[in-house]
Amino acid sequence: MNIVFRLAWRNLWRHPRRTWLTTGAMVFSNILLVFMISLQFGMYGLMIDNALQIFTGHVQVQAVGYKDEQKMRQVVPDIASLANAIREKLHSETVAARGRAFVLASSEDRSFGIAVYGVQPEFEAQVSNIPGLISTGRYLDSNSAAEIVVGSVLARNLRVQVGDELTLLGSGVDGSFAAGVVEIVGIFASGVNDIDRNIAEIPLGLFQDTFFMEGSGHEIVIVGDGLASVPRIQSEVQSLLPGDADLVVLNWDQLQPGLKQAIQADMSSSFFMYFVLVILVSFSVLNTQLMSVLERTREFGIVMALGLKPSRLGRLVLLETALMGLIGTVLGVIAGGIVTSWFTTNGLAFPGMDEMAARFNLPARMYPDVNIFSLFAGPSVVFLFTILAALYPALRLRWQNPVAAMRVA
Amino acid sequence: MSAVRCIDLCKTYRQGEQDIKALDHVSIEIARGEFVCLSAPSGGGKTTLLNAIGGLDIPDSGEVYIDGKRIDQLSKGELADVRLHQIGFVFQAYNLIPVLTAQENVEFVMQVQGVPATERVTKSRAILKEVGLEGLEDRRPAQMSGGQQQRVAVARAIASRPALVLADEPTANLDSKSADELMALFTELNEHHKTTFVIATHDQRVMSYAGRLIRMLDGRIVDDINQRA
Amino acid sequence: MRLTPVLFRLAWRNLWRNHRRTIIMLGAVGVGVWAMIFMTALTRGMVDQMVIDSIGVLPGHVQMHHPDFQDDPSISNRIPFQEAELQERFAGAGFKAWASRVRVPAVISSERESRGVTLLGVDPDAERDISFFDYDAVDGRYLTDASDQGIVIGKKLAETLETGIGKRVVLMSQDPDNDIADRGFRVIGLYAATTKSVEESYAYIGKSTAQQMLNIGDETTEVVFLGDDYRDIEGTYKAVSSVVDASVSVLRWHEIDTYLGTMMRVMDGFVLIWVVVIFMALSFGLVNTLVMAVFERVREIGLMLALGMKPGSILGQILIESMLLLTLGLAAGNALAWATVVPLEDGIDISIVAEGMEMWGASSMLYPKLYASDMILATGVVLLLGFLASLAPAWRASRYKPVEAITKV
Repeated sequence: MNIVFRLAWRNLWRHPRRTWLTTGAMVFSNILLVFMISLQFGMYGLMIDNALQIFTGHVQVQAVGYKDEQKMRQVVPDIASLANAIREKLHSETVAARGRAFVLASSEDRSFGIAVYGVQPEFEAQVSNIPGLISTGRYLDSNSAAEIVVGSVLARNLRVQVGDELTLLGSGVDGSFAAGVVEIVGIFASGVNDIDRNIAEIPLGLFQDTFFMEGSGHEIVIVGDGLASVPRIQSEVQSLLPGDADLVVLNWDQLQPGLKQAIQADMSSSFFMYFVLVILVSFSVLNTQLMSVLERTREFGIVMALGLKPSRLGRLVLLETALMGLIGTVLGVIAGGIVTSWFTTNGLAFPGMDEMAARFNLPARMYPDVNIFSLFAGPSVVFLFTILAALYPALRLRWQNPVAAMRVA
Repeated sequence: MSAVRCIDLCKTYRQGEQDIKALDHVSIEIARGEFVCLSAPSGGGKTTLLNAIGGLDIPDSGEVYIDGKRIDQLSKGELADVRLHQIGFVFQAYNLIPVLTAQENVEFVMQVQGVPATERVTKSRAILKEVGLEGLEDRRPAQMSGGQQQRVAVARAIASRPALVLADEPTANLDSKSADELMALFTELNEHHKTTFVIATHDQRVMSYAGRLIRMLDGRIVDDINQRA
Repeated sequence: MRLTPVLFRLAWRNLWRNHRRTIIMLGAVGVGVWAMIFMTALTRGMVDQMVIDSIGVLPGHVQMHHPDFQDDPSISNRIPFQEAELQERFAGAGFKAWASRVRVPAVISSERESRGVTLLGVDPDAERDISFFDYDAVDGRYLTDASDQGIVIGKKLAETLETGIGKRVVLMSQDPDNDIADRGFRVIGLYAATTKSVEESYAYIGKSTAQQMLNIGDETTEVVFLGDDYRDIEGTYKAVSSVVDASVSVLRWHEIDTYLGTMMRVMDGFVLIWVVVIFMALSFGLVNTLVMAVFERVREIGLMLALGMKPGSILGQILIESMLLLTLGLAAGNALAWATVVPLEDGIDISIVAEGMEMWGASSMLYPKLYASDMILATGVVLLLGFLASLAPAWRASRYKPVEAITKV
């Protein structure tokens, strides 16, 4: 076995430039694949985290049908105690109760239709970024004070500042007229236009009083330790719900189906691109190995005349290809890892990202996420196709006639 | 004026640890129309001398004149021009461009020289006929025998009417019949067109065709015999 | 160079000397070029659709407002021209379409729910070409004229409000004195849009009706202009801005929605990068092929040099060979791309990721778009970079010394 390896290895280096160019194609593709796949992982992870951290959380408890219909009357009864029970069950404080209503908010000069959320000030910061994104003033701190925080674009549209008053007009849970006057204590800026323009938050207690909720609310938001914790949280919370309740436990994918789909769509188009790269590398390998075999026709002919079976020669060719592929893979993984790691520390920014960041709540710089999969997935596929590409030249040998082969000039 | 004049040529190669004197103070003069053979055992310096005369390889020292013009100090481009216009080559093997037909091969040098197409075609056909290859004009080298290939090479070498034709072991890869035919062709062309021929060889039979035989050994000329006398 | 014909002949015949190798290389180039153009057509189609949809919703190519309207989109920032003045300035200017309208924020309430919307008071006749939905495609009917008393809302909004055709809704907005202006409307029609969020955002009533309701006489808050091609709007822009002064602000569509303009630029960058990346994957094989071809022909290159051919002609020969190969591959790739895109131009159904597409602002039908400029870009890049990549092996070939080359074993 040893001599076969030595032979294969030396055959590779008969034409060093040719071997290096072919492995060069592999290394180039591998670097690209490692980088792109890591970038995708990083971006997807970030997209999901950002989208969920802003407001949605990982899991929510809602009334059946509320997600699609969003009717005021689709409530979670006794929401504060249920939230408490969940906190105890999960041994975690990252649980918060909310209510939502659509109201007409009026300042001295302007009125706008917005969504106002009743939140639990002592817990909301654990499930949402917004309390931490206050740009002027402060966040809510009491459960009952007549206070409100608004988004920065909304504040501008309403022409208000911290200290101004807002009147809220809407309907209570039973359809009756609901109104309240609140003082603006803080303005937040999330960077996402839709959030900064349409959302305001008031304390849950005030919300429940204003809209005659009688202790109910609309959603309990739960944040876990990352996406992997979601199934466990879902089942534990499910077990807490009273059996007859019209309540449902939803995970982030159900709450924001667009997220996963957007990722899937992006992945499909990426796969197409990666596949093209792999195919092109395979062409390169096919060409090289075919030439390598053809130029040794005479030599192989002699060896076969001496008694060596064509299949042994075929295996030799495959071995040579495998060795070459190994070089390409190893170098590719190393180089790809180094290049990608540099970006992991420094981030990648391209022109136009700022606008996209504002629109989709992505950071202005992307950071690839290097893991075992991203490091080896691409290069492994390249290696596989490299071997496949060499099958044709290797199999051709089986049909060689030794004498004819030796006659070749 | 002589066709070729070499004065005191020296050329040394380094091979591994040794210095090999390929040309050791060689001087010769060849008149127009002569049919000269350079003979030496392998490595004796005949190829080096031929290359020096043909402007393919510049000697370390000494002077080379072709038709009275000094060529050993010319630039690469000027040497190429000399080779193009004044010298015809026939090598031992690989004389032809594989992807061109016999006729195209013969036309090749004329084409590089800038000879107009009609003139080229007429001349090349005529020469192919003269060397006995009429009917094979559209064959590619792979479709011809060794002897036929060499004859095409000769046709190409003389097609542009050079002053000098240099041949380096032209019969080495041929069977004896083809070799004889080729040498007969050389002789006929030499008599007919008065082209100077310088042929390097170690084949006895080839030497017998030459008018003048120059023997070399270890880079020196040891014998210069007029065989026609 | 007068030698070009013979160099071409040599190059072409040398290309087919090893037809297996050449065909494989052609296959690689063809596949690579196909991938370049196909992927580009898909992405262009998606972005184009996004831009067209967004422009449809803006709407228009050029918009005119009160200078403060962008920051404070309320009724107090009206256009300081009466309708008659507008007609005078713009009626004869030759726009494909133009219209003045009332755009204000409002709250719409049904029996059950209320939501904030953007209210548009429009003149249906003027906006036929501007509207992003077909009047005939509206469920029920669209407004008949500017004094129509009905309201047309999006399907999703009707769902959310639990209302429908024939039912009554109330619109509340602000008048210039900061008083609430409200009025009841009967829902006469429902429109559908590419994204649900659009359907929830815009409500249409007659322009005169809006003006009466808001007590603004003959004034409006927005004038929109439509040219022939969204890619080239300078003519339209000039036609508008040249007849007005600083009392209004005139903006191009990509200045209003900077994200869109950025998207298009990012697309152009993406296309170029994709083309270059594919080429680089191909280049290894290309250079390898040339290097091998030159290596196999060392002797005859030496022969040609010995016979008096200049090194420049050798360089030219090899370059021509490479360019011929690339040209053939380009022809194949372009043809293949055209053949695969044209059948798909009717649209690819990607509704399986519809919500994901909505997140990006794209529709669930993908219409690939083949632009000549993209095909030319791909072809140009491949030819240029291919030329550069071939220089090295061609240069080395021309540097051979005749003596060494001829005697090479």
